[in-house]
Amino acid sequence: MNLNITNDFINGFWSMYVIVITLVSVVGCGVFLFMQERANFTAGQTTGHIWDETLAEYNNPLPNWWRWLFYITVVFGLVYFVLFPGLGSFGGKLGWTMRGQYDQEMDAAKAKYDPLFNEFLKKDIMTVAADPKAKEIGQRLFLTYCAQCHGSDAKGGKGFPNLTDNDWLWGGTPERIQETIMKGRDAVMTPKGVKPDMDGQQIKDVVAYVRSLSGLDSKSGGSVEHGKELFPQACAACHGPEAKGNPEAGYPNLTDKVWLYGSQEADQIETVTKGRVNRMPAWGDFLGEAKVHLLAAYVWGLGGGVKPAEPAPVAAPVAAQ
Amino acid sequence: MLTHDRIERNVAWLIVLITVFVSIGGLLEIVPLFFQTSTTKPVNELVKPYDALRLAGRDIYLREGCYNCHSQMIRPFRAETERYGHYSVAGEYVYDHPFQWGSKRTGPDIARVGGRYSDQWHRIHLLNPRDVVPESNMPAYYWLDRPLKDPIIGKKMAALRMVGVPYSDQEIADAPKAIEGKTELEAVIAYLQGMGLALKQTR
Repeated sequence: MNLNITNDFINGFWSMYVIVITLVSVVGCGVFLFMQERANFTAGQTTGHIWDETLAEYNNPLPNWWRWLFYITVVFGLVYFVLFPGLGSFGGKLGWTMRGQYDQEMDAAKAKYDPLFNEFLKKDIMTVAADPKAKEIGQRLFLTYCAQCHGSDAKGGKGFPNLTDNDWLWGGTPERIQETIMKGRDAVMTPKGVKPDMDGQQIKDVVAYVRSLSGLDSKSGGSVEHGKELFPQACAACHGPEAKGNPEAGYPNLTDKVWLYGSQEADQIETVTKGRVNRMPAWGDFLGEAKVHLLAAYVWGLGGGVKPAEPAPVAAPVAAQ
Repeated sequence: MLTHDRIERNVAWLIVLITVFVSIGGLLEIVPLFFQTSTTKPVNELVKPYDALRLAGRDIYLREGCYNCHSQMIRPFRAETERYGHYSVAGEYVYDHPFQWGSKRTGPDIARVGGRYSDQWHRIHLLNPRDVVPESNMPAYYWLDRPLKDPIIGKKMAALRMVGVPYSDQEIADAPKAIEGKTELEAVIAYLQGMGLALKQTR
């Protein structure tokens, strides 16, 4: 793909077409003006029309200031066409292009900001997270690119994870956070888990059981007992026999008090009945490594970041949101 | 001599000259665009004609007047490309009839919104923008979650084919089936999610 197009007329005719009409019309304006000037006008003479009994129309020569301004405009136009693109495929003596100007602007920004970004890129994410300057940059990046989903306070919302707690769907170590931002994540909860023949009552039972794991009661008439029996068949394949999930594959922990789609029983019944499809878009190509590094540090430093050596805090107490 | 006095007194001259002078701008600035590669050929193979669902979504986009607040044209300035992605090029719009460049940004440019948010985000955001972006002043389009009814979708595609969009007979015949059972919301989301993908990975 070539975006550097200066001459892309399908044939030479169109270039000539543009050149001829442009020059003829610019020069023609000058000539026409000159012709009017040569006509014999006498100041104070009228055209001979009379309206409303006394209203006559003067036929005076053009004022000099206006006439000269017009000539200057014609000359300016011709000089412009020598210097800048405009005459068909002739690019102008200065070699100016819109793309060139854009590249210049980008290069200037690169020269200015790259050293700053690269300095952080060399450092470990946890070190960067502790740097107040990096935090400031990270916050601005976050507000531009991330806040639309995760909120300007990074606390997320229904369907959009809270990044300030220490519950991580895909792991909270610096590497995992960076990978999540770079490559994005796709998550699917299939309807009724892996037991598609579950009926309405069984769904309520499973939900009642799952709620009991984090100390919530059930008011929909689901039986915790029955749910406990169903859980290994319907849910354990992903969420694990103990319902603690698996951040390696993005399976949520169901035993904590963090509910991505709401802690109401109706929300959870909907989740099991209809399933969920969610996506974190990939940002690596768009933002580049250096900015993602700063964002990962910012997110890690929001309070819930996990140190790499430690195991993921599967049963960490989490404040209710 | 061709003085203004003589021109103004001769209606034939007046008509001829006015026509010539008024046409010059269009002859120079519009006509050559039909004979340039960059304006008539897709910029790359990722630029594809809208499928039936996205086309229906585009029509809802027009119906709701989205273009009044959203442009679809990223200008070649750093301030824009940092936020939205690669600047727009003519070859991305060859299947847009008419294009939706817009002229006002009350909301952000959406020329490259495709893939930027999840489908779920769009669903929530269209129905009530405040649910995901509390500061948003975009109206809620809460009525969009209703069945999509577009009985002339095939005719629309046939009409677009007449102006150069390469739909096949099969695609036109299958169009009503392709949008069957969909909601307006799904159509709009399909339209948005396909937007600007051609140069999404180009920096």
